[in-house]
Amino acid sequence: MTAPLRERADSRIEGEEPTVRLDGVSKIYGQGKNSLLALDNVSLSVHPGEFVCLLGASGCGKSTLLSLVAGLDAPTAGRIDTEGHKIAMMFQEPALFPWLTVSANVEMALRVQGVAKRERQAKAAEFLEIVHLDGFGAKRPHELSGGMRQRVSLARALAQDANVLLMDEPFGALDAMTRDLLHDELERIWRERNLSVLFVTHNVREAVRLGDRVVLLSSRPGQVVEHFPVELDRPRRTDSTAVAELATTITNRLRQEVLRHGR
Amino acid sequence: MAVDQAPPADTHAQHLAGLDALELGGGERHRVTSQIWGRLWPIVLAVGLVLLIWQAVVWSGRWPEYVLAGPVETFGVLRERLTTAEYWEAIAVTMRRAVTGFAISVLIGLVVGALVSRIKVLRAAFGSLITGLQTMPSIAWFPLAILLFGLTESAITFVVILGATPSIANGLIAGVDYTPPILLRAGHVLGFRRLQLYRHVILPASLPSFLAGLKQGWAFAWRSLMAGEIVVIIAHQSSLGERLFFDRELADSAGLLSTMIVILVIGIGVDLLFETADNSLRRRWGLQQVRN
Repeated sequence: MTAPLRERADSRIEGEEPTVRLDGVSKIYGQGKNSLLALDNVSLSVHPGEFVCLLGASGCGKSTLLSLVAGLDAPTAGRIDTEGHKIAMMFQEPALFPWLTVSANVEMALRVQGVAKRERQAKAAEFLEIVHLDGFGAKRPHELSGGMRQRVSLARALAQDANVLLMDEPFGALDAMTRDLLHDELERIWRERNLSVLFVTHNVREAVRLGDRVVLLSSRPGQVVEHFPVELDRPRRTDSTAVAELATTITNRLRQEVLRHGR
Repeated sequence: MAVDQAPPADTHAQHLAGLDALELGGGERHRVTSQIWGRLWPIVLAVGLVLLIWQAVVWSGRWPEYVLAGPVETFGVLRERLTTAEYWEAIAVTMRRAVTGFAISVLIGLVVGALVSRIKVLRAAFGSLITGLQTMPSIAWFPLAILLFGLTESAITFVVILGATPSIANGLIAGVDYTPPILLRAGHVLGFRRLQLYRHVILPASLPSFLAGLKQGWAFAWRSLMAGEIVVIIAHQSSLGERLFFDRELADSAGLLSTMIVILVIGIGVDLLFETADNSLRRRWGLQQVRN
């Protein structure tokens, strides 16, 4: 079951162009005395088909980093290269449009691409099926549970036909059981569609459960502290001993970082 | 190691479906008749109370009956008047003016609101002016309106538009301002820019606020219209405001009060229409307030 995955990971030849590359990226908010250095000289790459988890305590600028990559904000210094790649993004909130049905929400992603109306509906239904929400297209977002809304949001992101998926703590507000199921779903979809994922979280186990690589960021300013490659077989379980062991190692490192600020 | 293996994919789907079904508990629905009765009895109570106070004041003898008629006499006159074609014509004239004035106000309000909310210079120049106009009592416009248009219907329509437009424009502007930032971000990430973002995200998001602006605009239009019809009397064209004016001239207290009741009822009726639209929007968007 894990064989094709290994292959894929190995096919990541050294020197292959990354889909996302950050080069010495800094971000300063405000000016003068009140300015805040949110990100300091961050360099980071996500390779094609790679699942990278960005991990850090609060205030490490991980959400800022995603906003920069998504083009929602501009860096103060440094370069972000995502050229030739389409980028989709998921937020902690589902961010669905309340005036549209579930299906129409997904169709919004297709509308921008100029897909004809008839085709849009059929395609939206396909994407909803991928997240196991077939038959819910006519509902309104508020009629669904939090986990279902987040899946609609995922379907909408997939409909963007992007090869880079940015995720900003997308499962942070969900209960543990729903989150576990969505981890499995996300892993399957990532695998099937060969996406490059940049996944922000403050949950260490979640990062180890999902990532090919966990990148630890320090807080205030956000800097890359360490890369942890996760060489565990997939699919993993959040409660497995192997995941727990690595999570403990990373948590200890994270604690050191947090402690620096207590002094 | 079986424990460390995730369950196969089809079980995932079943688990998800199970969770989904659990989370979507069916909402309870009350019977329609009990719903209507639940809303109706407080209104019936309030109307009854008002009538009682009215009658009590009449009985107190503070004013003679030809100055302040009682409810029984007033409703008698009202029933009589509602059987005459003239009275219905008067109502029709007033309603035509109200609808025309309000419709023009909506058009102008939309255009002004859209421009001011999007263009920074216009915002700086006219933003506070629009709010200022809103506080201007419409009756203060009439001297100018009469100078400009004479004692004509145009004078009335002019003031109705000036009364309603600022509220409608402000409703749209507020809606644009309070578009949830997360939806803007989502729209941006989806690839919507500028006009497209405006059309597909910002405008729909501002609908509830726009609707509130419409409702307020209607209230202002209706007030301005009544003031206008009392001030600008046009020969051979009876209207509700004109009726009020002549009932006072003729000291017809019952007639005066019955016309006031008609004005009140029309105002409430239209307000109910807006409220229904607002409620259905809230229901569709899931913005319903928690009922205690």
